[in-house]
Amino acid sequence: MEERWSTEHVLSLAPDTSSQKAAGKLSSPAPWSGTGTDGTALWGECRGSGRTPYRTVVELATPAYQCSCPSRKFPCKHALGLLLLWSGSPEAVPAAAPADWAAEWLEARRDRAEKRAAAPADPEAARRRAEKRGARVAAGAAELRLRLADRIRHGLADQSTAGPWEEVAARMVDAQAPGLATRVRELDTVPQERLLEEYAMLHLLATAATRIDELPAELAATVRTRVGYTVDAAEVLAGPTVRDRWLVLGSRDTADERLTTRRVWLRGAKTGRPALLLAFGRPGQAPDLALPTGHLLEAELAYHPGARPLRAALGTRYGAPEAGPAGPPAGLTVAEAVAGYGAAVADDPWLESHPAVLADVVPVRTPDGWYLTDGRHTVPVRASAVPEAALWRLAAVSTGRPLAVFGEYGHQGFEPVTAWPAGHRPVGLTNA
Amino acid sequence: MTIIQDPWETLRTSALLGIDRRPLPATALPLADVVDPTDPATALLELAALATVRRRAGALPVPAAEPPGPPAPEDTRPELPEPAARRLAVLLAGRAGSGSGGTLANLAELLPQWLATARARGLRPPAALIPGLLDAARARGELRSDAVALAGPLGRWLAEQNPDWRFVLRTTVEEAARQDAPTDHHLWHEGLFAERVTHLTLLRRRDPAAGLELLRSTWSTERAEDRLLFLDALQDGLSPADEPFLEAALGDRSKNVRATAAELLSTLPGSALAGRMAERARAAVHLAPAGTHLLVTPPAECDARMQRDGITPKSPTGRGERAWWFGEVVAAAPLPLWPESTGLTPDQLLALRVGDSIDETSSSWADDLREAWARAAVRQHDADWARALLGPAPAPPARGAGRARAPRTTGAPAKLLAVLPPEERAAWTAAFIEVHGLGEAFQLLGACATPWTPPLSTAVVSALARAATSGAYPWSHSGVLGMTERALAPETAAAVERLAAEAAPDSAWAETFARLAGTLRFRAAMLAELTG
Repeated sequence: MEERWSTEHVLSLAPDTSSQKAAGKLSSPAPWSGTGTDGTALWGECRGSGRTPYRTVVELATPAYQCSCPSRKFPCKHALGLLLLWSGSPEAVPAAAPADWAAEWLEARRDRAEKRAAAPADPEAARRRAEKRGARVAAGAAELRLRLADRIRHGLADQSTAGPWEEVAARMVDAQAPGLATRVRELDTVPQERLLEEYAMLHLLATAATRIDELPAELAATVRTRVGYTVDAAEVLAGPTVRDRWLVLGSRDTADERLTTRRVWLRGAKTGRPALLLAFGRPGQAPDLALPTGHLLEAELAYHPGARPLRAALGTRYGAPEAGPAGPPAGLTVAEAVAGYGAAVADDPWLESHPAVLADVVPVRTPDGWYLTDGRHTVPVRASAVPEAALWRLAAVSTGRPLAVFGEYGHQGFEPVTAWPAGHRPVGLTNA
Repeated sequence: MTIIQDPWETLRTSALLGIDRRPLPATALPLADVVDPTDPATALLELAALATVRRRAGALPVPAAEPPGPPAPEDTRPELPEPAARRLAVLLAGRAGSGSGGTLANLAELLPQWLATARARGLRPPAALIPGLLDAARARGELRSDAVALAGPLGRWLAEQNPDWRFVLRTTVEEAARQDAPTDHHLWHEGLFAERVTHLTLLRRRDPAAGLELLRSTWSTERAEDRLLFLDALQDGLSPADEPFLEAALGDRSKNVRATAAELLSTLPGSALAGRMAERARAAVHLAPAGTHLLVTPPAECDARMQRDGITPKSPTGRGERAWWFGEVVAAAPLPLWPESTGLTPDQLLALRVGDSIDETSSSWADDLREAWARAAVRQHDADWARALLGPAPAPPARGAGRARAPRTTGAPAKLLAVLPPEERAAWTAAFIEVHGLGEAFQLLGACATPWTPPLSTAVVSALARAATSGAYPWSHSGVLGMTERALAPETAAAVERLAAEAAPDSAWAETFARLAGTLRFRAAMLAELTG
């Protein structure tokens, strides 16, 4: 039987805060009847304003949701409320065999998953498409190099002759290089002291994009990813996979107007390899990947190719996540983390940050911002990327004493994600 | 160019001004020979890229400067059981979404009880929830005392670093008063007003004499409104040792300070002021020679000495001046005076008729006297008098006796009730509700300790059931219902669920009872987790 989820974990599935609030109101037993769980799924009927109660099923492993309510939010407040009820008052969701209507949906879901097969492809057409795109990307990158050099000739301080970068970004979209387009668009908002750095790294990327075929395969893959080529998870999973017991180091959601992105960082218990899973949701939908921090998941992962493989696709799972070891994962000194990022940049010069567990660091607040220190060295916290509440939470769980902190370290500082207070379960700092 | 410059700055200057205007120096830049110089702008970008990657890849860790400040003191309280910690997270997360109706227990109503219970059990919440707890207490003042106590040393440690949580340092916590009463008085001399009040209160609880001494040391320089609240802080640990100071405060420039000093002195039974008031009261009320009634002779004037003792010459109530002075005198006179001077018990005294020299049975004096005694009983926390003034708990009327008569209301019965021990309060209120229903019980229920005793809870539930069958609307009892959610004994849940099942389906009462039952279950689970 799967361990009950924490309230934070359930609330992290909510598509927005109003769903969290609405679900909170459905988290008491009063509106529910016919609730039950068989350890892999929850179900129950929720009395609403109408005559017929809504029927709600949650399959826990994926997780997946089904509800007879008309809400377009996903998961809906009933599914979240049922999860909260189960999480907060287990006695209200007794063990039972699925109700007929719940069993029907669960079975149908299992059937669909089994039937899902790879679609046949036309390799010749695909090759032609790839060739065409390669030419367009190279042309777009060459144009970008000229635009950048042009600005350097006239001077970055001289804005009178230059139009906004937005226009160039649109050209990059036309050139099927959305990764370049994103970086170009950001140039309009980069503070001046960092502008030359950004120009230079973009120039480097554009240059690499024009010579992609001359690069070593791994570096070429990195450049392709950064230029904006995407690879299907299925395609990645068709390649080699790594089976391990993956420790969930932490997760973080970010949202813009088009997309909610969830990052889940893993580390192989046997291989020690780091991995990053990405899941996306439309606005109003939570990404459908939910792995509790500190748990171990036995599964196969397939890494996206690159000079520093990190992003991975989740393949076959062997069972549900189980509680992981009590103590913190092995960590690095601050000096080791800094050196580790340096080594990674040597492989992938565009790498902004990479995952690291810092062992025994103390968070310190100073008038200049937050730092983490292990007594010998310090790293600044990248405050602009971390909400203030997360840092106070980190300070609270540390009680001013050393603890292990997982996060992303890069040239702009450290972004804490998870903390391991002594003798406690890991605490997620940002998704609360 | 002869000035030796940081190579990066050289690149940046050229980039900002434009390489056409500021060409790069031909040499002296690291790695300048590995880039193609044909196009100077491209060469600059490539040199900048090299420098950037070099800097990122070769960054050295920053040596630690000064060591971090001291860690939070150890918190030796046992940690909350895990389900309780989870519940706290739900309650804290729910605080923003509450307030509207729905079928759920109003989480915001339950948070205070959770906090008080956890605090009473001496439990320690997980550190990760302390910031949320402090944020909740920042928004809701009534949570502060319990939240700050629960947050414990970690809460104070965090508050010292976060200006948003400064209130923690100003909040007086009983437990803290015992352990760390302040010895260093810089807060008194330099702190904000609220911090100074807390400082004085803490010191006063541990060492009343030292607290008085501290206040005395700066008294003459304090502003009038500050003096008023500092004086109020002396309520803690009030003793005859404070009398000379309070007597002197009777001559204060501020009327409110004088009145507060007088009120404090009147609660010190052996004080000179109490003695003076007793003398005036004895002059104003006599037991008639036959012992059958009391004779009132109200003060003829409010002389300077009476004014100095805190009696305002002008009646603020619209009642006649002499009656006003009379009430003030009796309310400030020590209650033991009456049994001592008449040899009668409070019950016997209250049973006597009251009159004056003109009319021996003037009922208006009886009301004034009762009212003044009631104020004295509340102020002096005199349970015997409070009990006598409230009268016996109302008994159900005998069959056929008609509607019960409302008890004689003296002053505010809820205030008198608050003077009685909790069990007695609950029993009295339960009896009241059985006879009079919930209509007038709101304040009385508010005076009862929560959670309500099982007998009181049963009385409330039966009254609600009667209200439901009588055709009243639930919202006419919304005040009592809100209180019921917080205070009803969990043992009553089964009875409420029965009511929910018996009520007409889909009726407002069915929903009300279902919601109440849900809340009780939530509360029962919540409280069980805290003991588990």
